Amino acid sequence: MIEVHNLTKKFGDFTAVDDVSFNVADGEVFAFLGPNGAGKTTTVKMLTTLLHPTAGRILLDNVDPVMDPELARRQFGIVFQDPSLDDDLTAWENMDLHGVLYDVPDDLRRKKCEELLKYVDLWDRKDNLVKEFSGGMKRRLEIARGLLHEPKILFLDEPTTGLDPQTRNLLWDRLQELNKTEKMTIFLTTHYMDEAERMATHIAIMDHGKIIATGTPDSLKKQTNTDSIEAAFLALTGRHIREEEGGAGDRTRSMGRVWQGGGRR
Amino acid sequence: MKKIYYLWLRQIKKYLRSTPRLLGLLAQPIIFLVMFGYGFGNSFGGGGGNYLDYLAPGIIGMSIIFTAIFSGLEVIWDKQFGFLKETLVAPMPRTDVMIGRTIGTATAATMQGIVVLIISFFFGFRPVSVAAIIPAILIMFLISLTFSALGTVIGSVLDDMQAFPIIINFLIQPMFFLSGALFTLQGLPGWLSFISRIDPLTYGVDALRVLLADIGHTDLGLGIDIIVLSATSLLFVLLGGYFFNKIEA
Repeated sequence: MIEVHNLTKKFGDFTAVDDVSFNVADGEVFAFLGPNGAGKTTTVKMLTTLLHPTAGRILLDNVDPVMDPELARRQFGIVFQDPSLDDDLTAWENMDLHGVLYDVPDDLRRKKCEELLKYVDLWDRKDNLVKEFSGGMKRRLEIARGLLHEPKILFLDEPTTGLDPQTRNLLWDRLQELNKTEKMTIFLTTHYMDEAERMATHIAIMDHGKIIATGTPDSLKKQTNTDSIEAAFLALTGRHIREEEGGAGDRTRSMGRVWQGGGRR
Repeated sequence: MKKIYYLWLRQIKKYLRSTPRLLGLLAQPIIFLVMFGYGFGNSFGGGGGNYLDYLAPGIIGMSIIFTAIFSGLEVIWDKQFGFLKETLVAPMPRTDVMIGRTIGTATAATMQGIVVLIISFFFGFRPVSVAAIIPAILIMFLISLTFSALGTVIGSVLDDMQAFPIIINFLIQPMFFLSGALFTLQGLPGWLSFISRIDPLTYGVDALRVLLADIGHTDLGLGIDIIVLSATSLLFVLLGGYFFNKIEA
């Protein structure tokens, strides 16, 4: 379903993703693990047409996102790591707009928007502007929005960061159901190793832009002679903490606060 | 079409919901009408007309250029606050995303122009004919489209708001002052005169004057104005589409 060959992304002198290859089979739940700054999000962005690879080749259900981005976008859905809601629209409007952009037919769209907003417990707040929401509520709305249409491949970039255990479990139940009943292929990145252990059929561990290990959860544990994915992960990536630089986003966000009197994030 | 319509509607909603910005964008033309209309009007001798009749179309043009460029630059906000990604991965041509946004912001800027026209009535401005208001609104839309698309071009190329003051000081303000919105362009030094000739707003303000005030317009003629405005809006929309397609997020 997802084929990646020798994928590389350079930003100037810095190689964020370095000659990465992997395959995700149809119907797999594939967990992409790695410390901060390992290149996970950059990889996801290349897979989802947001960044152009410096080198290498990608196929999403046999569609090359570089050659035919529009067709590639029809194959997948994505829940981003960073916020991607429109703060000036209501929860309902955010959902509705997403449904329209993803060609969900009118009746089904209304039905699913209602069902999912109830599912993430935001139904009574559906007519509130998103800027009035707390961080957790925004995250729940993004999850609900990500589940509105049912693509062949669903990318989730650290979907559970900032979620409470209740919502996290709701999300995993839902994803497992979609994976079973709709045969949806799920590609996720996460920092929660227990999550990867519980959900994933296959795992790839990335560090410094390279994939350093792949396999089923069991084979990774065996390979590192450990009894949990967390221990296997630490055995493979070491214990020192990584640093990431703030990008243009952080600069504009701090400027946005000055400009708008702190009304935004 | 439906997707473009929804993205258009989003821009209108954002424009109407942003109360502080709405007030700011209305305060600016009112201040100009007061300061220049009363302050400058006394020293206005040329042409034998009323300065307010000369000024009002210029102020309409001013409010449109500011609203349109600011709204076009919202691409940068959407980039940084994340919503742009949501539209960039949607299964539709990016050109359609850009068109929905740009026509949406152009519609909002046209609404702004109409509101300023109504405000100018309270200052005593009277259009030469009521029938001229409809074609004047079409001209407002052409001006709006030109500068919304220009804002989209700039917003697509830039990654953050650091360059914002430069855009205001070196692009928008010169285009505004050299458009003839406040004063006639006769007797400008050659190079300034040249800049005013390549400034699309010059043609927009001129067309509004021909239609609404019938005073102080240049000898370009409405036909030339419309041709230039249509050509520049088309050019900027094409450029906007090109750069919007190249955005990496």
